[in-house]
Amino acid sequence: MTKPDSLQFNSNHQLQHLLSIEGLNQALLTEIMDNAESFASLANQPVKKYPILRGKTIVNLFFENSTRTRTTFELAAKRLSADVINMNIATSATSKGESLLDTIRNLEAMHVDMFVIRHALSGAAHFIAQNVAPGISVINAGDGNHAHPTQALLDMFTIRRHKKDFASLRVAIIGDILHSRVARSQIQALSILGAKEIRVIAPKTLLPVEVTSLGVTVSHNLEEGLQDIDVVIMLRLQKERMSGALLPSESEYFSNFGLTPEKLAIAKPDAIVMHPGPINRGVEIASEVADGPQSVILQQVSYGIAVRMAIMSLIMQASDRQPS
Amino acid sequence: MTPNTLSVPKLLDALEKQLRETLLNRKLNDPLMIGIHSGGVWVAEQMHQRLGLSNPLGLLDISFYRDDFSQIGINPFVKPSQLPKNIESRDIILIDDVFYTGRTIRAALNEIFDYGRPNKVILGVLIERNGQQIPVKPDCIGININLPAGERIKLTGPSPLAITIQHTDDSAAA
Repeated sequence: MTKPDSLQFNSNHQLQHLLSIEGLNQALLTEIMDNAESFASLANQPVKKYPILRGKTIVNLFFENSTRTRTTFELAAKRLSADVINMNIATSATSKGESLLDTIRNLEAMHVDMFVIRHALSGAAHFIAQNVAPGISVINAGDGNHAHPTQALLDMFTIRRHKKDFASLRVAIIGDILHSRVARSQIQALSILGAKEIRVIAPKTLLPVEVTSLGVTVSHNLEEGLQDIDVVIMLRLQKERMSGALLPSESEYFSNFGLTPEKLAIAKPDAIVMHPGPINRGVEIASEVADGPQSVILQQVSYGIAVRMAIMSLIMQASDRQPS
Repeated sequence: MTPNTLSVPKLLDALEKQLRETLLNRKLNDPLMIGIHSGGVWVAEQMHQRLGLSNPLGLLDISFYRDDFSQIGINPFVKPSQLPKNIESRDIILIDDVFYTGRTIRAALNEIFDYGRPNKVILGVLIERNGQQIPVKPDCIGININLPAGERIKLTGPSPLAITIQHTDDSAAA
């Protein structure tokens, strides 16, 4: 796989594709969050639309299920006045055996400007970015257990809205790190933004073997791990990606690693609780916490639109300025 | 011409006088004043007070409506526009500091029309300078001046309001 930093930027060093947080710098992450601030207020306007991407065509190619990500990408593109096509893969020719590259070639022939791609295979978005015609941009909306950069950016934006300074923050990421592309992208983003500590809390069976090489501290005990934490990020137990017997039972997982009001009380009193969704109530998080005063889970969804608007407008600028 | 020869209070007086005449001649009814961020808002605040308008002053940030968006990029922390929910059939006084190419006004009108269909719109600017590029003209002005293409005139403020002239290589700047 080509290193993402060489593939993500065009010859003018502008972001052309967003495939991974890896290779981005602090200035760029900050620029995206600053731009998202400008878009966040649009939700309160009577006309929720800007003409920035008027005349552009964006294709949402989702080979995996998604509710929040696909809907917020679609809304973000529409609020920027782009034309959006949602490819329903179940009814498309892919299910008749057309290869991924053939699908892309056919969509290219329809002169689209941007692909937003979710795929079960790690590296799918890279593969497409390497193979699309010049001038077409690719945004990774989640590939296998590799990366989910827009989710990480909206999470950083949500954190910044509540906690001003990343350098003083201790952030805990709790649960199924092994299968989580969200966790990988979050860890990279938090490192780039200079978080004081990134702590992963999970049973040994749900941690990747090389986890400490990501620059995180590790805990296998939720009560110990939550001490002094400013931001609690819960992850969904990804049962669909589990091939072996990694857990004895969901109820035992909940009793050890589920976030209850009592366990949340161990973290700092002003800690915020995040979850990329969809949440499994009673598996990784108790309803009282998910719906409680410290939860910012639904804000993450709202901010997802503003952050994706910021990313799409930034990327489209790069492709407009690229000499053809 | 130097900035010193342009007195902001005199320009404000001249603009106020023209606005009063135009409001009468064009028979504007219960007008709504809108200033374009940022210099236009400063001028609009003055005119709003001097004309004793009762409706709250509206604010427009046209950054996302500019036609050179893909060249200049996003301006972080764009201020949200503050317009009343109902623009439909209203009479509007649009205020900016400097009228140059006309593109800012095109963008402002596009944004206003996204909120509804106004009845009348009149445009007042503190300074009209040469360089118009599209068929849009102000109705009321504080002064009309000619500047070389490489010079750019700018209102600084909000307090005190002052005029500066900058030399720039970019003769197409808006």
